[in-house]
Amino acid sequence: MKKAFWLAGATILALAQPALAGDTIKIGFISTFSGPTAVIGNDMRNSFELALDHLGRKMGGKPVEVIYEDDGQKPDVGKQKTEKLIQSDKVDFVVGYIWSNVLLASLKTAVDSKTFLITSNAGPSQLAGELCSPYVFSTSWQNDQTPQAVGTYMNQKGVKSVFLIGPNYAAGKDMLAGVKSTFKGQVVGEEYTVWPSQLDFSAELTKAKNSKAESIFVFYPGAAGVQFLNQYAQAGLKGQIPLYTAFTIDELSLPLQKENAIGVPGAQQWVNDLPFPENKKFVEDYRKKYTGLRPTFYGAQSYDAANLVNSAVVAVKGDTSKKDEMKAEMEKANFKSVRGPFKYGNNHIPIQNFYLQDVVKDADGQLSLKTVATIVKDDQDRFHDKCPMKK
Amino acid sequence: MKSHINARNVIVALVALGLTLLPAYSALTGNIFILTLFTRIVIFALAAASLNLIMGYGGMMSFGHAAYLGIGGYAVGILAHEGIGSGFIQWPVALALSALYALVIGALSLRTRGVYFIMITLAFAQMAYYIASGLSRYGGDDGLTIYKRSTFGGLIDLSNRVQFYYLCLACLFGGVYLIWRIINSRFGMVVQGVRSNEQRMQAIGFHANRYRLVCFVISGTICGLAGALLANNTDFISPAGMYWTRSGELMVMVVFGGMGSLFGPVLGTIVFLLLEEVLSQFTEYWALIMGPLLLLIVLFARGGIMGLLGRLSRG
Amino acid sequence: MLVLVEQSLNGLQFGLLLFLLAAGLTLVFGIMDFVNLAHGSLYMMGAYFAATFVAWTNSFVLGVLLALGATLLLGIALEFIALRHLYGRDHLDQVLATFGLILFFNDAVRLIWGPAGLSLPLPPWLTVPVQIVPGVFYPAYRLSIIVVALAVAALLYIVVMRTKIGMLIRAGASNREMIGALGINIKLLFTLVFGLGAALAGLAGLMQAPILTVQIGMGENILILAFVIIVIGGIGSIRGAFMAAIFVGMIDTLGRAFLPDLLRTVLSSAAASTAAPALSSMLIYLLMAIVLVVRPEGLFPAAKR
Repeated sequence: MKKAFWLAGATILALAQPALAGDTIKIGFISTFSGPTAVIGNDMRNSFELALDHLGRKMGGKPVEVIYEDDGQKPDVGKQKTEKLIQSDKVDFVVGYIWSNVLLASLKTAVDSKTFLITSNAGPSQLAGELCSPYVFSTSWQNDQTPQAVGTYMNQKGVKSVFLIGPNYAAGKDMLAGVKSTFKGQVVGEEYTVWPSQLDFSAELTKAKNSKAESIFVFYPGAAGVQFLNQYAQAGLKGQIPLYTAFTIDELSLPLQKENAIGVPGAQQWVNDLPFPENKKFVEDYRKKYTGLRPTFYGAQSYDAANLVNSAVVAVKGDTSKKDEMKAEMEKANFKSVRGPFKYGNNHIPIQNFYLQDVVKDADGQLSLKTVATIVKDDQDRFHDKCPMKK
Repeated sequence: MKSHINARNVIVALVALGLTLLPAYSALTGNIFILTLFTRIVIFALAAASLNLIMGYGGMMSFGHAAYLGIGGYAVGILAHEGIGSGFIQWPVALALSALYALVIGALSLRTRGVYFIMITLAFAQMAYYIASGLSRYGGDDGLTIYKRSTFGGLIDLSNRVQFYYLCLACLFGGVYLIWRIINSRFGMVVQGVRSNEQRMQAIGFHANRYRLVCFVISGTICGLAGALLANNTDFISPAGMYWTRSGELMVMVVFGGMGSLFGPVLGTIVFLLLEEVLSQFTEYWALIMGPLLLLIVLFARGGIMGLLGRLSRG
Repeated sequence: MLVLVEQSLNGLQFGLLLFLLAAGLTLVFGIMDFVNLAHGSLYMMGAYFAATFVAWTNSFVLGVLLALGATLLLGIALEFIALRHLYGRDHLDQVLATFGLILFFNDAVRLIWGPAGLSLPLPPWLTVPVQIVPGVFYPAYRLSIIVVALAVAALLYIVVMRTKIGMLIRAGASNREMIGALGINIKLLFTLVFGLGAALAGLAGLMQAPILTVQIGMGENILILAFVIIVIGGIGSIRGAFMAAIFVGMIDTLGRAFLPDLLRTVLSSAAASTAAPALSSMLIYLLMAIVLVVRPEGLFPAAKR
């Protein structure tokens, strides 16, 4: 019983700590740090920490404090954690968000409290269109952009028909819509699977095979991408029906996908071998600091997010109460992105290039991703007209 | 009756007082989050108390109570989405739908007993979950953001944190009072009698299932109210809130606090949600502690927190 | 027509896999009257053990055998340390205690193997598709799941119906007190049955592993399906679990395969795409609810008590 009282006391104390108003820049970082997709969250955290190292862990002359919170890949939890960061920790920025549905649930809390939210991955179509906000910036993309680039690439290859498979959640729907908007051939079939619980794609693969489509397009981030490629290869479809992907093969899934991923093309706005000096520094230092690990596009976007935040804080010399000035500075995208060319559209979504990536064996004999070509240059998302903010 | 002043009652009174004074503490320290956190706790306590009515007193182990949280929440969310913002419409609809759902599934489920009852209530809740994820107009799996909280014609402003907290607290106290009245009424006595010996009650001439069903519907309706409150609190509603793990958490809260005691579920909810919040701040591996703790409580602390306090009072 | 054959095979394969998981669950539930939510954790542990041992030994078969043994031992240890104290307790207590174990196992795995998950690569002879009838190719590995699961089902049938241990198990399922009164070492029997159930769960987990990845929480969704199966089949009944598992596997797969097209004839394409996966997942629960309302003891009850 005493213990219970002690615990209750500790709890109250822990919750009662008044927010330290003072001379630190406080950043809340929300991502997934538990469950099967925690690898993505860890990569984002690693990259964000590396960016802070590179900035000397100071912004505008003030020390930076980052509070990491786990959303458990659940919209309601992400929303609660956003509330906690803003109300209890009184952060100046919330950064992160892997999942479109988590971001959509948390958006209102940040916007209502006029706290800057930097999404370093999720990019639902609503965010680019009717839900755009002066307080929200993206260092990633709008969901449709990447699959649009895949569709364009399929046109270039002269593909005549496609079967689409994706998970049934906000990003899945955006991705499939994205391919459809640029692909000029015939869409033979379209299947959605239960997300994230459905892991067996045998029924969908059988349908795709029997649809006589010339190609298959899929979007399966994280572990589901590993499962899909496994089952695709086991069904003997490799070599029969070519596969095109978005966000399905990355440095996290590759060690598990192994040979299954060779020869499967994808599109991305960042690849580890992009020839920019900032990118070389990012990739090399990441591999030095976290031995055995390689950065992913999730990490690259989070690295950019830290630099975007820094640009705003530097512009106001650390006085984070000057929100209008910070917003104006961020709109200029006045920082060097590891992906190269980067500007903001009216809706605070980047205008950027998309590259074709392929899987090859690198010098160490390890599988890695490689840039093959530029598919589209200076691409702007197709929802920016719906955003009431104008430039 | 024995004396009312014992450790258990003192603690219950202190907790009630603490909950009532919390907004003052929050205002003094400027800590808004503690109010947000406790609003959530108070709402879940109401849901747990409603579950306790059928689990603790009625002997009906419902493994699908999260469905009511969802139904109450979706009633508010869908009406708000369609432009009907008045709480005078939203809330009665939420309660009516919860009651109706409880009536239908109760009538079917009460044909079974024991573990079959657990499974059938689970089945219905899972169906409700999948129906919600199939509503593409209302966000499907992704859920629905509620941009405007229920309005009550200027009587009370739900966007005001303190007013909303007191509304939730009033609902909790009201709910617990109602449950207290029920269990001490003739109706409540019959329900408890049916739990301990169904045949005897049947033999005396009570239609056992009719009493159970009414009890089941009351419990569902109270939980539907908690759902309407929760949707307003999170400004968001999604199928995830009806998944079977949420029903499991509600059961854990009830057992944590002490099944079949009036205030047990309230204490259980407070301890469970606070533990979760605090442990997850100390360590990423909080479940490594929470899991075995749960096992130990089941093995060695029957009757939950209230049971412990009761033993303490007796000396 | 060929599509239907292939989709039915998919359904059969999924159903048989579910049977492996459900068989252990129904044995433990039927004989010890014990609700074990941690059964899903044993399924996960089987997969993690297999991935680890296959990587160590560089042999698929050897690794799998070691993993089966390890899961068996883990099950026995778990029963000995914690779970045997819960026999005879309220179902609710058992649910809560084993729910705690799920939390524990998930985080323990994260601590030991990391959050990323593992992969279990197949030997080359299992990765090729096989032609079963002219024009229909089917993955060799999925065929091997069907074969192994059918063999296990046959073996279980023989053990339960034709051996002394099986006789005791059946006796235990229909009258627990009696078998204890006959002077049988009931504690040992229970431990053995629990170990057997654990090994079956581990087998299901490691069979599934090459198709899916090996990951934390992989047992939770499928566990609920296994519970649905044993309730539909009748608690304690191996035969019921077998029939219900195939039934559920078929409904799930065929629902996913054909429901979207069916719905598109009445709904807009977008609405049908969202509604179909939800609806096909719902069918199984609908089936269970109907069975419980009409025949609460399940379709193939073990034995009248």
